[in-house]
Amino acid sequence: MAKQTAIEQDGTIIEALSNAMFRVELENGHVITAHISGKMRMHYIKILPGDKVKVEMSPYDLSKGRISFRYK
Amino acid sequence: MIFLKTDEEIELLRHCNQIVAKTLAETAKLIKPGVTTLELDKRAEEFIRDNGGVPNFLGYSGYPNSICASVNEQVVHGIPSAKTILKEGDIISIDCGVLKNGFNGDSAYTFCVGEVDPEIVNLLRTTKESLYKGIEQACEGKRLGDIGNAIQTYCEDRGYSVVREMVGHGVGRKLHEAPEIPNYGKKGNGIMLKSGMTIAIEPMINLGSRNLVFEKDGWTTRTADRKPSAHFEHSVAVRHGKADILSSFEYIEQVLGEREF
Repeated sequence: MAKQTAIEQDGTIIEALSNAMFRVELENGHVITAHISGKMRMHYIKILPGDKVKVEMSPYDLSKGRISFRYK
Repeated sequence: MIFLKTDEEIELLRHCNQIVAKTLAETAKLIKPGVTTLELDKRAEEFIRDNGGVPNFLGYSGYPNSICASVNEQVVHGIPSAKTILKEGDIISIDCGVLKNGFNGDSAYTFCVGEVDPEIVNLLRTTKESLYKGIEQACEGKRLGDIGNAIQTYCEDRGYSVVREMVGHGVGRKLHEAPEIPNYGKKGNGIMLKSGMTIAIEPMINLGSRNLVFEKDGWTTRTADRKPSAHFEHSVAVRHGKADILSSFEYIEQVLGEREF
């Protein structure tokens, strides 16, 4: 039986850290640190604690992620 | 946490995987147009229990059946049902697992129902070959990314796409253990493989795009463009120099005889 991997998930920002890093709580309850993608930085998309975001992850390291979208 | 298995434990795993292989062969005997996937599931469960094993998919995170039967555009985790009737030209992937003596076996094969479009047969052939390409890389000193890269380049060179949302996994006392084995990746990335690791390598290859849709039943995944998808799986033990394949397609090939899938 194939295992479902965590490569793109939705989460909620719980804390803003320095260097445009954020602590994100995923839908499955895991808490990871994620940085904002370069493209979002270019377009000055601001993120605040409480926002719902889409996070990309690599299956090799499940403790870090990359924020690729902020939901309205 | 990755558990390294001793030789005795690997033999127990091999025993489980041999039962899985025989179960797949048993279901292969039944596959023909007009059969429902629920009948295949019943036969598989009966056969597993006759051999002193327990179907480990049954009840896994609430999964309702003993095998996964994924028809055509379904990628994996198709739930067997009395409503799904096989017809000429379908492909069906049967994924099966057995728990015995505290260890789990896990293997899958994709079968053709009757005569199938040569384009789809090519997809099945490529997927099966890519599985062996992946297994070639599963020896001591290689890295996880090497396995994924071998599968990915082999399939994408032939114009197929690799599913990202579903991955292979470690297998042992639990059905899903660390590490995750993606079917894509970069050479030299990921953790180092050590002798004694047991992993299930399972390429899931789509004819069309790689995007998936998760159905509302909570399990079934199908391709977004509804084109067929193939799935083959072996459980292997990582060894020095060459991987040791614990499961086997031999029994299936005996049943299929002249036919390839």
